[in-house]
Amino acid sequence: MAKGRVAAAVVAVGSVAGAAALWFRRAGKSKERVEVYYADGSMVTFAPDSEEAARLFPIGRRILSQARS
Amino acid sequence: MDAAQALADLVEISSQIESAVLADTEGSVQASTFGDDAKASAVAKEAIGLLRDATGPGGEPSQVEIAFLEGSVFVVRDDERVVAAITGREPTSGLVFYDLKTCLRLAGEQPARKAAADAKRRSTKRKDEPEADDGEG
Repeated sequence: MAKGRVAAAVVAVGSVAGAAALWFRRAGKSKERVEVYYADGSMVTFAPDSEEAARLFPIGRRILSQARS
Repeated sequence: MDAAQALADLVEISSQIESAVLADTEGSVQASTFGDDAKASAVAKEAIGLLRDATGPGGEPSQVEIAFLEGSVFVVRDDERVVAAITGREPTSGLVFYDLKTCLRLAGEQPARKAAADAKRRSTKRKDEPEADDGEG
């Protein structure tokens, strides 16, 4: 009986911790983005998993690391 | 105002900007906060490459922001110059863009005013100069 309660508590705590970790990871990732503004006034936002972001993120990271090195 | 003064004003006014570099559109550094020419040049060239790689259906972009968890990269250009800046995480993008555009405008003011003053001086000088020697011979 006691073993069952402990197991249930471990599962519950693990589930909450897992969900929290997933939430924080997604919330953090969603803050990474590329915003491109054109001369005609249009603007495009690229999500981190987009093809454009995959091309532009490495350049941005290089600029950030060079500037802070 | 020259490029160095425009950049100094930028980092003084904008508390969000950690460092910045101002270059012409070919990547020649005009001013930077890095205190290291090689680093400034490398960042300027990467910033120009970023603008080139971000070219889309609307042509080459005038502004780009790349936001990372550890900080953001901003690049703004006009016809003659490019300014790139690094900020901490979650900056107020609108304010940073505004400050960078102001920096570009200020950096471009002196050449425009100087050119106008030079043109005026030339025009005045021509009026003051005596007529050509067409009376002789």
